[in-house]
Amino acid sequence: MKTLDTVVLLLIAAITYGTPLLYGTLGEVLTERSGNLNLGVEGILFMGGAFGLGGVYYCEKLLGTPSGIAAIAIALLCAFLAGALASLIFSFITTTLRANQNVTGLALAIFGTGVGQFAGEMMRVRAGGYVTVSNELKAVFTSSPFPQFMKDIPYVGQLLFGNSHFFYIGVILAVLMHLFLKKTRKGLYLRAVGENPATADAAGISVTRYKYLATIIGGGISAIGGVVYIVTTAGCTWNNEGLSGVGWLAVALVIFCLWRPLSALWGSVLFGALMILYMRLQLSFIPTELYKILPYVVTVVVLILSSLRNNKEKQPPEGLGLAYFREDR
Amino acid sequence: MEKNCYAIELKGITKHFGPVLANDSIDLGLQRGEILALLGENGSGKTTLMNMLSGIYLPDAGEILADGHPISIRSPKDAFAHGIGMIHQHYKLVNVFTAAENIVLGMEQEKKLDIKQTNARVREICQRYGFEIDPEKKVYDMSVSEKQTLEIVKVLYRGAEILILDEPTAVLTPQETDRLFAVLRNMRSDNKAIVIITHKLNEVMAISDKVAVLRKGKYIGTIPTAETNPQALTDMMVGRAVSLNIDRPWNDQQTERLLVRDLSCYDHEHVKKLDGVSFTAMGGEILGVAGIAGSGQKELLEAIAGLCPIAGGSILYKSPAGGQEELVGMSPMQIRKKGISLAFIPEDRLGMGLVGSMGMTGNMMLRSWRKGSGPFVKRKEPKALANKVLQDLEVVTPGIEFPVRKLSGGNVQKVLVGREIASSPSVLMTAYAVRGLDINTSYTIYNLMTEQKMKGAAVIFVGEDLDVLLELCDRILVLCGGKLSGIVDARRATKEEIGLLMTSVGGKEEA
Repeated sequence: MKTLDTVVLLLIAAITYGTPLLYGTLGEVLTERSGNLNLGVEGILFMGGAFGLGGVYYCEKLLGTPSGIAAIAIALLCAFLAGALASLIFSFITTTLRANQNVTGLALAIFGTGVGQFAGEMMRVRAGGYVTVSNELKAVFTSSPFPQFMKDIPYVGQLLFGNSHFFYIGVILAVLMHLFLKKTRKGLYLRAVGENPATADAAGISVTRYKYLATIIGGGISAIGGVVYIVTTAGCTWNNEGLSGVGWLAVALVIFCLWRPLSALWGSVLFGALMILYMRLQLSFIPTELYKILPYVVTVVVLILSSLRNNKEKQPPEGLGLAYFREDR
Repeated sequence: MEKNCYAIELKGITKHFGPVLANDSIDLGLQRGEILALLGENGSGKTTLMNMLSGIYLPDAGEILADGHPISIRSPKDAFAHGIGMIHQHYKLVNVFTAAENIVLGMEQEKKLDIKQTNARVREICQRYGFEIDPEKKVYDMSVSEKQTLEIVKVLYRGAEILILDEPTAVLTPQETDRLFAVLRNMRSDNKAIVIITHKLNEVMAISDKVAVLRKGKYIGTIPTAETNPQALTDMMVGRAVSLNIDRPWNDQQTERLLVRDLSCYDHEHVKKLDGVSFTAMGGEILGVAGIAGSGQKELLEAIAGLCPIAGGSILYKSPAGGQEELVGMSPMQIRKKGISLAFIPEDRLGMGLVGSMGMTGNMMLRSWRKGSGPFVKRKEPKALANKVLQDLEVVTPGIEFPVRKLSGGNVQKVLVGREIASSPSVLMTAYAVRGLDINTSYTIYNLMTEQKMKGAAVIFVGEDLDVLLELCDRILVLCGGKLSGIVDARRATKEEIGLLMTSVGGKEEA
């Protein structure tokens, strides 16, 4: 009984920690499916976190406490816009100006963390040392959309129905993204652009439009991960330390889940578990630092395995990271 | 009246690429129910012309008529709208998609994505023309000929009435070629207009109803296939070019340098590129290599240089000093360590030959970086060499540290050639050494080759201009589809003879 409880608690915590990763990963999956390798996820998460928190905080200050759904919508929207803006910069530099994607992404990571940090700290200083929202809102952000009796089902109740709104929105998003990529014409075209832009171009598909849209929407989705972390795990205060590294993990997780939105679901929970294992499953002879590198170790192992396995289906999009220029032949 | 029945008619089509005139006022008519072969040497403007029909390039002047009405084709979409479909030499397919998914790409008229319905239609098209293709097969699982079939089905699915095939047989086996021709004949009976770009004369004779010949961007004429023969076509294709005067001294101190026996290679797509080639390259002569593009010239040079994996055969190197060495299985570094001085001037100058963002000095060092002791490179000698090359070959550059990528094609080639001959090679291999160079630079390069020959080097010169090969080389080796078609004496051979050897092994017409 005791172990079962421990496992359930671990899983619930893993979901909490994994939800920001889920958004970061889903957004980056969409971006990379268009052939754009946006390494700036870290910066995008920072911007999403700072601007999402700022949106909710100032909204509450100016207009009074919004209702639950409105508060969630404001947080999501502000973060999304911040991420979309950052990705617009990325798209312009890489797709229109055809600069190197890796360099641009790294620059965006540095730029985004700087901007996020600046905005977050400025809010804190302006507010006199401490930025947070009312306790009602904090409760809204961590609450689950399901009624109490469902959460009371033994063992699975809390696990399945007790997570935050954001987790369930993320699940719906992952399923939608899966359906979009697999079942719709636009999804097929997007994949064609990411795989072989020259072919897509010759077939009359606008490569530039698809790359821009996928990258901007993807960046917006990634940024939501930042605000989700701030308003759930960090307790609605600006906490850059907890957020740092999540973006890089998301980039790794995209590889881990082989560019598939549905795999991102369990992948993010697994990575969430790896991130908090040091708090939950302490073995005295293993230093916590070793625990903390677990997600990265798993990523490296997965990278090795996926490159060994010569499966043509489980490969990155063929055009990933390459600028497309029609006149190059 | 007769003109009105052209499905597509080109009138006075002209296209420039910068200063290069690719197509000069070309008139051409395509009829339904007819296969037209478009014939011409490399760079004669065949592909450019067809790319204008398929919406990839825009003509500078001239007009295109469809069934007698002028049309404008501004994009691949416009071309589809007029029923023109082109099958490119390099297939445009997404590897991880199924055949059907590739076919529906860019098809906007159908609202819903219904792969099942597409599959059914693909099967119907296949049955009608005798294709064998599984709509649910992924492209990465397909053979080259299946991919080509898919490209053809793709344009037919879009309702193409006019099909353009750009060198469709270049990568096919003879059996696959026969199957393709059967399909083309089926389409001809279905009243479609078909253009096939090729430079294989036997295929022209086998499949086409009419032949249109281009030479250096100019339209020479169209004749019914039944009224001509390969010899006459070669004459039309090659024309009577101005004779070049290249000084060709005879080096009477020829020694055997490279003995190549039964050399075979495959490329990364497992297509056999060289098939049992045997020859001997002599020191003190220029051995020309002729052949249609992609007949194995590149692989031959790369195999000798140790860059291309060898499937079978031997390459025996006899050094001027008397020793001999088997080169098969050695890496370029090992070859160098044995003291064998091979110089290779590759086709892709900036890709394989030079580092574009470095200056001349840095590029000179690519040959000598192992010299000197300690962790530091010696810059003095390469710098002196760079200056010497700059002066001897009259390289036009703002300075020897200026990135070579920004130099003109001719100057880039001079830097590369200068570096390679500086090592006084015993074997000098060049691939298309004068491609894209103006006439003056070309002559400089020819003279450098001859100079090396007189110094006793074995020069292997892969070229595309037969006139030059005949003027410059001592002997000419002709490749045809990876096989050795023949070796001729360049002083006695005629262009027609070589042309025939290029298109059929041994120069015999194939039935």
